[in-house]
Amino acid sequence: MRIELEKRAKVSTLFSVLSPFIAFLLTIVFGGIMFALLGKNPVAALYSFFVEPLSEVWSLHELAIKAAPLIMIGVGLSVCFRSNNWNIGAEGQFIMGAIAGSILPVVFYDWQSPLVLPLMMLMGMLGGALFAAIPAFLKAHMNTNEILTSLMLVYVAQLFLDWLVRGPWRNPGGMNFPETRTFAVDAILPEMIASGRTHWGFAFAIIAAVLVWFMMRYTLKGFEISVLGQSERAGRFAGFSSRRMIWFSMLLSGAFAGLAGISEVSGAIQQLRPVISPGYGFTAIIVAFLGRLNPLGIVAAGLVLALTYLGGEAAQLSIGVSEKVTRVFQGLLLFFVLSCDTLIHYRIKLVFERLAATSTEGSR
Amino acid sequence: MKKLLLALASTAAAIGFATGASAQEKAKICFVYVGSKTDGGWTQAHDIGRQALEKQLGDKVETQFLENVPEGPDAERAIERLARSGCGLIFTTSFGFMDATIKIAQKFPDVKFEHATGYKTAPNVATYNSRFYEGRYIQGQIAAKMSQKGVAGYIASFPIPEVVMGINSFVIGARSVNPDFKIKVVWANTWFDPGKEADAAKALVDQGVDILTQHTDTTAPMQVAAERGIKAFGQASDMIAAGPNTQLTAIVDTWGAYYVKRTQAFLDGKWETTSSWDGLKDGILTMAPYTNMPDDVKKMAEETEAKIKSGELKPFTGPLKKQDGSEWLAAGVSSDDGTLLGMNFYVEGVDDQLPK
Repeated sequence: MRIELEKRAKVSTLFSVLSPFIAFLLTIVFGGIMFALLGKNPVAALYSFFVEPLSEVWSLHELAIKAAPLIMIGVGLSVCFRSNNWNIGAEGQFIMGAIAGSILPVVFYDWQSPLVLPLMMLMGMLGGALFAAIPAFLKAHMNTNEILTSLMLVYVAQLFLDWLVRGPWRNPGGMNFPETRTFAVDAILPEMIASGRTHWGFAFAIIAAVLVWFMMRYTLKGFEISVLGQSERAGRFAGFSSRRMIWFSMLLSGAFAGLAGISEVSGAIQQLRPVISPGYGFTAIIVAFLGRLNPLGIVAAGLVLALTYLGGEAAQLSIGVSEKVTRVFQGLLLFFVLSCDTLIHYRIKLVFERLAATSTEGSR
Repeated sequence: MKKLLLALASTAAAIGFATGASAQEKAKICFVYVGSKTDGGWTQAHDIGRQALEKQLGDKVETQFLENVPEGPDAERAIERLARSGCGLIFTTSFGFMDATIKIAQKFPDVKFEHATGYKTAPNVATYNSRFYEGRYIQGQIAAKMSQKGVAGYIASFPIPEVVMGINSFVIGARSVNPDFKIKVVWANTWFDPGKEADAAKALVDQGVDILTQHTDTTAPMQVAAERGIKAFGQASDMIAAGPNTQLTAIVDTWGAYYVKRTQAFLDGKWETTSSWDGLKDGILTMAPYTNMPDDVKKMAEETEAKIKSGELKPFTGPLKKQDGSEWLAAGVSSDDGTLLGMNFYVEGVDDQLPK
């Protein structure tokens, strides 16, 4: 006996919409079982994981801070993924954006002016876009696999940052610690509301999501993206260039990741360190798919993923479980999202006969 | 129906009463850890301190902790969460938590904070540190006696004063026994990374050192030393389990005494901002049993330990020269604490260039 996945003739619209919610529900159910196996009260544990962080104003601010880079990167990635370009290197573009944007406050720290901040943001976007231009060029002109090139460039970016903060950019007054000087007031993204630490990075993320949503829905460019993503051949007949689309989608997602990077550094960290991201660029891939590559869905998905980070901490304090629970929840969530999606498009078929000569069209 | 309501009301009252009472009775003392509480080194030593606190003052306090907190914005959130959850006194146990601690302390003037190994204080932020270098001086002496080749390997983390001070103290100790003694340094650029630390250890052994010491947190170097059949010193916790035939001694951080003292002051309402820098004599660090060495070496180590405790011997006492040969301290002069805390130069005998 073996198990085969058989393509469904018709994909249910209802379940396509419901799938992320079903996945979330399954995550909660299995999370509850896990807590029960650990000997904790599952209701109390789930409460402290998913509800407690939402019950206080300051904690909502923290949620927004954590969600901002995830949403920002995820929105950019959705354009890439929709057009069938697989940019896996957002983490690297995030870092390069942060570095490019930090040139002003770190190297030209004496220059203080209201212009510093907008320039930093622009340079951040430019840095991210230029770094994404490398895999874009390689794919568009050398036919290289962008999944590999963009992923490998992540390590280049990480090591470059590491070298910078230990070498040329190290804070001369920092007791030899590997970090740059802290940014001057002019170079710090201000807080949005007086009640907490949320900085403008969150606003950027929301604006980006709305803009991309508008573009995808109402403009010719959005149509071009979907057509080329679904069928390159059809796109060519319509006069769209898939090569130009590679450039467009990679540069756009790179710029968004770069802006997320400089916003995080300027708004939350306020200096460069050897590590500035707990893997936002990779988590954003989960976010993009959990949001079904829809910019508004990605806003919601970013908030959910951010909640798992905060919930892990809250659960550690109130019920005394290890912080590793956060990772478990993120893993569960991704697993269920992917399997729900698979089951929408395919059905499981048990094949009993011994001869395996039958058609395996639906199998992968 | 009435009965049900009554039952509900009384249960609610009972719960309310119970939680209210326990919250009033016990003060909450909280800890922020940079690593895992079972890392076998730095963080574990702090957690043992926390357990000691619970044991001794358990009827008056309860403790809570957050582990594996990354330095940066996540640290700020973690500390704020503790401050908001009713912690009265919060110990933040990594150098990298310094700015986050200061920031949150400004927001919560009624909560007391204690930051380990930093140099920034505030009306509600005290700092505490341990004179680890006293233990390293003893280790240096042991190394000079035990080494056949006269060269020890030193796995260092970051070139901050704390670490440079330790390297220098080790060399000064070793040279008090063997004036030609040398050490080689490898910068692992991490506090906690078994892989990198093991690589550094292997590189040093390949370069011909026959004693290893470390200023990083895992037992990986100890294991490498055991495999290669050389001797090594443990760091932060007693690492004898990782090298029963390898460990000569270890600097064991025993923060418990400090945690109890400060918590008591907090309970008595006598807590104030201090920058404490205690050493062997205060019990904030202790030497693990002297093992795997001849009796005469052991005797020498014990004598040195006693002299440091009594104050008769101060490791940083002249005549001492800097690495470039220029004079640092004249005979009989001891360095002041300020110079030590900002130390950014090597003394003679270090075979390495300080990363600048």
